[in-house]
Amino acid sequence: MAALDVTDATFEAEVLNSDKTILVDFWAEWCGPCRAVSPILDQIATEHADKITVVKLNVDDNPQTAMKYQITSIPAMKVYQGGEVVKTVIGAKPKPALEADLAAFLA
Amino acid sequence: MRQLIIIGSGPAGYTAAIYAARGGLEPLLIASSVDAGGELMKTTDVENFPGFPEGIQGPDLMENFRKQAERFGTEIVMDDVTELDLSGDIKKVTLGNGDTYEARSIIYATGSAYRKLGLEDEERLAGYGVSWCATCDGFFFRQKTIAVVGGGDSAMEEATFLTKFADKVYVIHRSDQLRASKAMQDRAFSNPKIEFLFNKTVQHIYGDGQVTGVGLVDTVDGSETTLDVSGLFVAIGSDPRTHLVHGKLDLTPEGTIAVEGRSSRTSVPGVFAAGDVVDPTYKQAITAAGSGTVAALDAEHYLSSLPAPAQAVTA
Repeated sequence: MAALDVTDATFEAEVLNSDKTILVDFWAEWCGPCRAVSPILDQIATEHADKITVVKLNVDDNPQTAMKYQITSIPAMKVYQGGEVVKTVIGAKPKPALEADLAAFLA
Repeated sequence: MRQLIIIGSGPAGYTAAIYAARGGLEPLLIASSVDAGGELMKTTDVENFPGFPEGIQGPDLMENFRKQAERFGTEIVMDDVTELDLSGDIKKVTLGNGDTYEARSIIYATGSAYRKLGLEDEERLAGYGVSWCATCDGFFFRQKTIAVVGGGDSAMEEATFLTKFADKVYVIHRSDQLRASKAMQDRAFSNPKIEFLFNKTVQHIYGDGQVTGVGLVDTVDGSETTLDVSGLFVAIGSDPRTHLVHGKLDLTPEGTIAVEGRSSRTSVPGVFAAGDVVDPTYKQAITAAGSGTVAALDAEHYLSSLPAPAQAVTA
């Protein structure tokens, strides 16, 4: 299941106002590690579809949101609950390491 | 049971795969989950790899390597090796997903990992202004003042690349001699946005949520200064990735895997090593590729010298 793209325009509705746990993957075309971690996030999203929803935000096309959340390194993965950031993971990591970082939201 | 497993997917691993696959060994290549393609995945213009007179982007070059390896029958697995058993004639490789593969020979080409400064606040601010990847993170420092630590080719390349975004880039180097090649030095020296700070080391990184500055110490007179920067890019070299083979393969005093003469033969028969993991000196894409070739040929020779069963499968 490919993750939904969110934008500056849809971020509030899709992420902040969502009643689900949303992981936003801040990424860009030119970021090699982003491309590496993307399929891993898709796997996690599929395996835990009832717990967490993964969406992607292209920082090139959506600078406002990237700036608002002070993104200075990608891939950056932020977990949102009730409009608040509850967890930040920075950098591409192997699946077991990402699952460990996100354990609280996958169980 | 495989004839050959190659661990690593940089220029050394893929070149070994191309040669071994063409030699009919049907290699399995363990590419890693998030570091597949190696260091060149984080590089933009590669201008010194022969055959590309106009240069090529690092990720494109690695994509070509991968395709060429696959074309001749290399099987590629995007996972990380978590355990290696090199003790017997049959080597065992265990992956992050729990799978274990067996092979008669191994080529170990895991490259090197970026060196850290070893400062207290480095981990805390990693991803919040401290970065090891200019091509990933430079974008976020538009019109900012930032610093690069290091004096080698990668530091010069990063500094030059970062001037696309930043208004000002300091290069902090611990001596007054750069290790970088002349071409890279000249390019950095002639860039008006780059200012060199020689004979300085970084002692502190300041900032709560984000980097706000660094504390420098002069290596000559010991004087301390503070530099206001919103980003610090660390390019002080790399260390060979040998943690999986500690206690299993002999290492050199430099920390690379020890190999016999100009060969790729390690201290364990049937285990060969190539690329940056054996090279404390040159560390170039093309030398790694050459070293991968040596390893493939050595592995082929080793396999053909084994008693009948291996030979039968090879032929």
